[in-house]
Amino acid sequence: MANKLLSEMGLPKSIANVFTARNLLTARDVLSLTEFELMEVLDVGLAEVKSAVAQVSEIACPAYQTVSILLEQQIKNEYYSGHLPTHLKGLDEVLCGGIPFGVLTELVGPAGVGKTQFCMKLSLLASLPATFGGLDGRVIYIDVESKFSSRRIIEIGVNSFPELFRMEGMAQEMAGRILVLQPASLAEFTESLQQLKVSLLQHEVKLLVIDSMTALVSGELEQGPPKQHPLGWHISFIKSLAEFSRIPVVVTNQVRSQSRNEVSQYCFQAQSRDETIEGSATFDSHLVPALGIHWAHAVTIRLVLEANSGERFMKLAKSPISPPLVFPFNITSCGISLLSDTGVEMTGPQINTIRNQGNSDIINIHSTRF
Amino acid sequence: MEICGLAVSATQRGKLISAGYTSLSSLSSVSPSDLARDLQTSESQATEILKAASHCGRLDKSDGGHAIVAGAQTAWDMLHEEDLSRRITTSCADLDKILGGGIACKEVTEIGGVPGIGKTQLGIQLAVNVQIPVDFGGLGGKAIYIDTEGSFMAERALQIAEARVEDMSEYHDFVRKNFQVCQVQMQPQDFLKNIFYFRVCSYTEQIAVINYLEKFISEHNDVKVVIIDSVTFHFRQDFEDMALRTRLLSGMALKLMKLANKCRLAVVLLNQVTTKYSDGSFHLTLALGDSWSHACTNRVILYWNGNERYAYIDKSPSLRSTSAPYSVTGKGVRDSASNSKRIKMM
Repeated sequence: MANKLLSEMGLPKSIANVFTARNLLTARDVLSLTEFELMEVLDVGLAEVKSAVAQVSEIACPAYQTVSILLEQQIKNEYYSGHLPTHLKGLDEVLCGGIPFGVLTELVGPAGVGKTQFCMKLSLLASLPATFGGLDGRVIYIDVESKFSSRRIIEIGVNSFPELFRMEGMAQEMAGRILVLQPASLAEFTESLQQLKVSLLQHEVKLLVIDSMTALVSGELEQGPPKQHPLGWHISFIKSLAEFSRIPVVVTNQVRSQSRNEVSQYCFQAQSRDETIEGSATFDSHLVPALGIHWAHAVTIRLVLEANSGERFMKLAKSPISPPLVFPFNITSCGISLLSDTGVEMTGPQINTIRNQGNSDIINIHSTRF
Repeated sequence: MEICGLAVSATQRGKLISAGYTSLSSLSSVSPSDLARDLQTSESQATEILKAASHCGRLDKSDGGHAIVAGAQTAWDMLHEEDLSRRITTSCADLDKILGGGIACKEVTEIGGVPGIGKTQLGIQLAVNVQIPVDFGGLGGKAIYIDTEGSFMAERALQIAEARVEDMSEYHDFVRKNFQVCQVQMQPQDFLKNIFYFRVCSYTEQIAVINYLEKFISEHNDVKVVIIDSVTFHFRQDFEDMALRTRLLSGMALKLMKLANKCRLAVVLLNQVTTKYSDGSFHLTLALGDSWSHACTNRVILYWNGNERYAYIDKSPSLRSTSAPYSVTGKGVRDSASNSKRIKMM
């Protein structure tokens, strides 16, 4: 709507010609200027400018819906009411059916905790026929870190759905639906995203996985506070991709350790006096998501995966429909599975902390030997 | 005052200057026909110019003291009006208390906080609460929800509306013992019907919606709250020209403030946070920069304090800077579970 041409808006002829003559062709051009600037540029009176701006605004404005109509449409139009079931019973229940369509779902956690495993399991699930609870569609898997393993996908498939994968040619068909892209640079990544926009709709793609968002920019993020986020464009583009093609988008995020001079994530300048000291003391041994707070605002569902004293936990840290919950999980030959289907509710900001002490005992044994 | 500030087109301004009319006072004693002759334009155009000039002049002289200025209101009347107007409850008693009873109409309130703190939840809660009928102590209005991030969930709105209806029927039973009133029992569906949802996908559309709102509100009566979730999103991405951004944002803020005043409704802006580098360390602060922070009347920051969610009044002309705990439950925004009474004075 933003790039809608002025010439199609039915403005009065006289003023429409003036706009064209000044090279103001779209709604964006006009609305980026104030009324006073427009008077200057167009050389017409205030009243004309006002009525023209009002008309342009009305046409460029997206149509409204009442929420009850919105809800009806969602129930009517989308099978599975717009969710990709994860086949993790507890998680599906609290998320009203699984990973929702049309929004970003983020997996964040330390290396080796199971982010890629989760992504691969989800890709497999989306490609399964509907009779097996899948979405029966193609999957686009953007594998930035070159960690995708087709052998592992088949293994997960054979172990979780033996009856399906034993059928002749089924494994080939399922794996054939997963398209893997391996961009090597940010520019390449940007290009493939732009191409995706068209192909998502043409080829019945039902899931987009990006593993991971972080790898391409990790070098750039470290120096100073960047004025504009290097992924700013990507964030809004991926969000709009999800929205318009109504598919679930799963994105992974790495972690980094928090630098000492950074104030704890959860304190504000205004309150920094008493709480910060206590806060930063407890938090600075922790890991934080590598993409900062800007990115965290953009995701709708955030799942934190963490390892602590030999056990792995999945924490539903941000969700508009569920309270913060923690599930213990492990990784088996079937992919990810939950150890308990009832999550433990967790209050407070601990839901966002990421622990990674899974390997410490092993490393200690080695270090004592030397 | 110079002629440059006059709201006339550039050619006419050029003509005025070349004809020697450089200040507003030089225009004050000239007749339209004289002006038309001097500028070599039609008389109607000259009248327009004089109209614009007298409009400017009036604003200029407003510090004259004795003259009662058109459009002004005495402080006493404003107080009276404020007492009459109801506030939108947040469903959390502590939060309402520090807000002076809830979100006020005719004001722009900005609410910001870290991801997952409950900004969208509070937004949906307000969109539902504004519809509480007058008999139940609400405003009985309608809500406009402008979603820039796509984080609005219709299912969640239904949950909150259902919880609201439950609460209201409890109240209903209580009231019925005394009077035989309030047979208007609202259903959750009625709540959802009165939330007008705009999905905005670019900053141009955001500006367009805000320009269009006044007309929309005049067509749909009883809109009492406009919620923008979030005001930041499109202005944070993909914006190279920071000067343009500041200009657009301040224009938008002005329009919203005008709208709030004119249509007697509450404007609630949800904002994100960003890191700011000062005094050698990083701090969290609300996004969009320092000039934007002047745009709103009230500013509320949501933050974690230990295990509890707290709201803090960062800026307000009439409320003191206090903080209060709240919680987000399955039913929506509610009182904090652990302490229901204590309010900490900062």
